Amino acid sequence: MKQKWWIAGLLIALAVTLLSPLASAWPDGLERVAEDKGFIEKAQEAPYEVIPDYVFPGVGNEAVATILAGVVGTLVVFGLAYGLGVLLRRRETA
Amino acid sequence: MHIPDGFVSIPVAAVTYVASGGSLAYAVRRTNEELGEKQIPLMGVMGAFIFAAQMLNFPVAGGTSGHLIGAALATILLGPWAGMLIMASVLVVQALIFQDGGLIALGANVFNMGVVACLVSHYAFTWLKRLLGEGTQRPVISSFVAAWASVIVAAIACALELAISGTSALAVVLPAMTLVHVLIGVGEGLITVAVLVFLAATRRDLLELRPG
Repeated sequence: MKQKWWIAGLLIALAVTLLSPLASAWPDGLERVAEDKGFIEKAQEAPYEVIPDYVFPGVGNEAVATILAGVVGTLVVFGLAYGLGVLLRRRETA
Repeated sequence: MHIPDGFVSIPVAAVTYVASGGSLAYAVRRTNEELGEKQIPLMGVMGAFIFAAQMLNFPVAGGTSGHLIGAALATILLGPWAGMLIMASVLVVQALIFQDGGLIALGANVFNMGVVACLVSHYAFTWLKRLLGEGTQRPVISSFVAAWASVIVAAIACALELAISGTSALAVVLPAMTLVHVLIGVGEGLITVAVLVFLAATRRDLLELRPG
């Protein structure tokens, strides 16, 4: 049980994505400055798109699409960071 | 604060890629020396939580929102080197899969929100802890200030990159970026403290994994 605490941690992270449809849609700090100071139009489109704007493509309900995007990203980052930890862990015995 | 492509010039993108790459290589070496078995799952959970929490934009003044960066949280729990690797994981996934932050600007984003934010968090946290001495409120104050400062300094780094790139004049973009992130940084501080207080109440042992 003691070793399985990370499952609870991952579930909390996934639960946080359930709140993502409630996030403020207002521009963030950098976007606000870019709009106010007149350089927002310099932003270029991405050369390709996978899950743009945290909305999973092809899902009709936007809240569901946002949560789905969040779940996918949360799991991918979990795997990546956990994998880095496994690769880089200190080896006690050679 | 994710910079899209087009905001940073090629030289600025190149320099920040090299600076971030070098910092991450050093972070890999240090993590390799420091990271024990117990910290491995926490790296995954931190990355997952920071990604999820970054989606939750909270409103700040005047039709503007902000969201957690998470560098301070990762740094306070796992140290700046593992923290940098966690932040790089989050930012790379955001750029590659979610088109949040440009591919050319990825080096700059990792530099600002990974390298700079983690180092500022680390030095502010350790310095404040020493300065404030013992006391129950000490870690709360140190964490809040470290998180707040990490956002502001990351925003200043971002403003400098935009100015050097010729995207906006320094006298315009520096005060604007600093001011808005003084507010957003308060949110960063509150969320960071809330998570640490939650961990202190539920899994105090996780607060003691920080190397060094």
